[in-house]
Amino acid sequence: MSYSVTEPSKPQKWIAGLLVAAYGIITILPLLWIISTSFKSQNDAIAYPPEVFSEFTLGGYVNLFTTQTRQSAEALEANPPETWYDEIVHERGMAIVGPSRFGERFMNSVIIGFGSTFLSVFLGTLAAYAFSRFRIPLKDDLLFFILSTRMMPPIAVAIPIFLMFRGLGLSDTHAGMILLYTAVNLSLSVWLLKGFIDEIPREYEEAALIDGYTRFQAFYKVVLPQAATGIASTAIFCLIFAWNEYAFAVLLTSGNAQTAPPFIPTIIGVTGQDWPAVAAGATIFLVPVMVFTILLRKHLLRGITFGAVRK
Amino acid sequence: MPDSPSDRLATATPSGVARTIRGLSDRTIAWIFVAPTIFLLLAINIFPLIWTIRLSFTNYRVNRPNADVEWVGLQNYQRILNDPDVWATMQATAHFLIWTIVLQVLIGFALAWLINRKFKGNDLWTTIIVLPMMLSPAVVGNFWTFLYQPQIGLFNTVVGYLTGAAPDSFSMIGDVALAPWSIVIVDTWMWTPFVMLICLAGLRSIPDSIYEAAECDRASAWRQFWTITVPMVLPFLMLAVLFRGIENFKMFDLVVQLTGGGPGNTTTLTAIDLKREAFERWRTGYASAYAVILFVTVFGLASIYVKALNKVKER
Repeated sequence: MSYSVTEPSKPQKWIAGLLVAAYGIITILPLLWIISTSFKSQNDAIAYPPEVFSEFTLGGYVNLFTTQTRQSAEALEANPPETWYDEIVHERGMAIVGPSRFGERFMNSVIIGFGSTFLSVFLGTLAAYAFSRFRIPLKDDLLFFILSTRMMPPIAVAIPIFLMFRGLGLSDTHAGMILLYTAVNLSLSVWLLKGFIDEIPREYEEAALIDGYTRFQAFYKVVLPQAATGIASTAIFCLIFAWNEYAFAVLLTSGNAQTAPPFIPTIIGVTGQDWPAVAAGATIFLVPVMVFTILLRKHLLRGITFGAVRK
Repeated sequence: MPDSPSDRLATATPSGVARTIRGLSDRTIAWIFVAPTIFLLLAINIFPLIWTIRLSFTNYRVNRPNADVEWVGLQNYQRILNDPDVWATMQATAHFLIWTIVLQVLIGFALAWLINRKFKGNDLWTTIIVLPMMLSPAVVGNFWTFLYQPQIGLFNTVVGYLTGAAPDSFSMIGDVALAPWSIVIVDTWMWTPFVMLICLAGLRSIPDSIYEAAECDRASAWRQFWTITVPMVLPFLMLAVLFRGIENFKMFDLVVQLTGGGPGNTTTLTAIDLKREAFERWRTGYASAYAVILFVTVFGLASIYVKALNKVKER
């Protein structure tokens, strides 16, 4: 057996593995608790002591997507439940009167998230290419300026943005929020994409230019396909930011363009906070991000440090 | 057959717009590519910032658009710096900032060091540990109020089980002494993986040959740790602290959902206080001055820190 001084010994590996696994279990517990609470009934969710396994119900999800009213026994008997979700509601002496606002809020998150992601990646790719390939006066200062916009506390610029949007008729609109999130994400997309484009050898483009391609053709036929992975992971980081953003959303939107993060905490049931419904909303909202995180794990470090640390 | 329709189309296309584009110099293209980004950032970041600075010298109130706006000079700034409540929020912020950074650096570094023992399945556990960091702080913070419920909450039950205390004998977010720690715990849970990932990159950047050389010189494991591992990881660690410091100085979403700044003002961090002044008390001019102070502080501290970071890197 070969001996290496840098290879940890067997027992060392075991102890390290156990400690990390213990931390991992503690850290994942609150997330599992959100998911499991979303499948509990309202009474089971607030049982004392807390129940790990309760009776499985989709009541939380039904409450999340519908609004309900209490019905008299006669009225319930006169209208027998037609669907499985009617049945869940009926059993509690309620009837569904319409959809809740969660669907709308979720769609707002999707529209604003994808809209701002597309714009910030589009503009970011152009700027990153220019910063990577051309000589631009004051390049370093411009790049630092772009990064520094991220240091600003959202609340500090929220007042004039609030006034500005009111003046331009952009307050509480999708367009306004898309523009705002695009601006916030540009620093991330320019810095990340510049790193990715820097890694593409210039020789490819130069060969294309010699073959008679124009700059534009070289850019979209040679550089863009090479940068595809980088562009995709940048897009996911921008999407996750816009998806999670709360401060601007809570200050600048209300009835029309409100996204899910300010909405989910306001879900209240008939008798106090409806935790299964809140958990259901959180589950639907958080699980896509968890999936993206797992897909992105190779580029994660790069994304969260704006490209400062590359593995 | 050079005369097929598609060929004619192909020769016809590079006219007009296309010819103009073809003629553009690299310099022009560079500006066309950069200009939209710079323009958008000026419009949505710098213009509002300048507006904030201007408002900070006035007594303007958004909810009274018809009242006369007076130029009050530095009065807003004076009032803020002499306000004991503002200093109380600064203290709450400092407590939050220092403890989250200390805990995240210690736990994050330890985890990275353990993961770097390269045991089987370390990739899987790294991915699991990283999950909380990417989630919406507002949604997660809101759910933690459920975990912190005195009787039915998972946190109190687990802590009660481990320490023997009754789960309903303490309330993390209702108790004046515990509330500042409740936000530290959740932030540490969320962001330790961030420090961990950066430390891991630092540890993996150290070439094996350095340790091999140290081994030849019979340096003890302890000595190797302090003279090789720590100095080599330090620049990475400082970068992690910079990111966490800036983020937590601006902290709003997680804490607002978790404690709402209470009980009393014990967890009212600066950003939360600022939001109240600007959007609940509607003292726009005063809040603008507050925002300027906050921004100058973040920017100033970050600049000093970056200088220190560069010095460490040079060594």
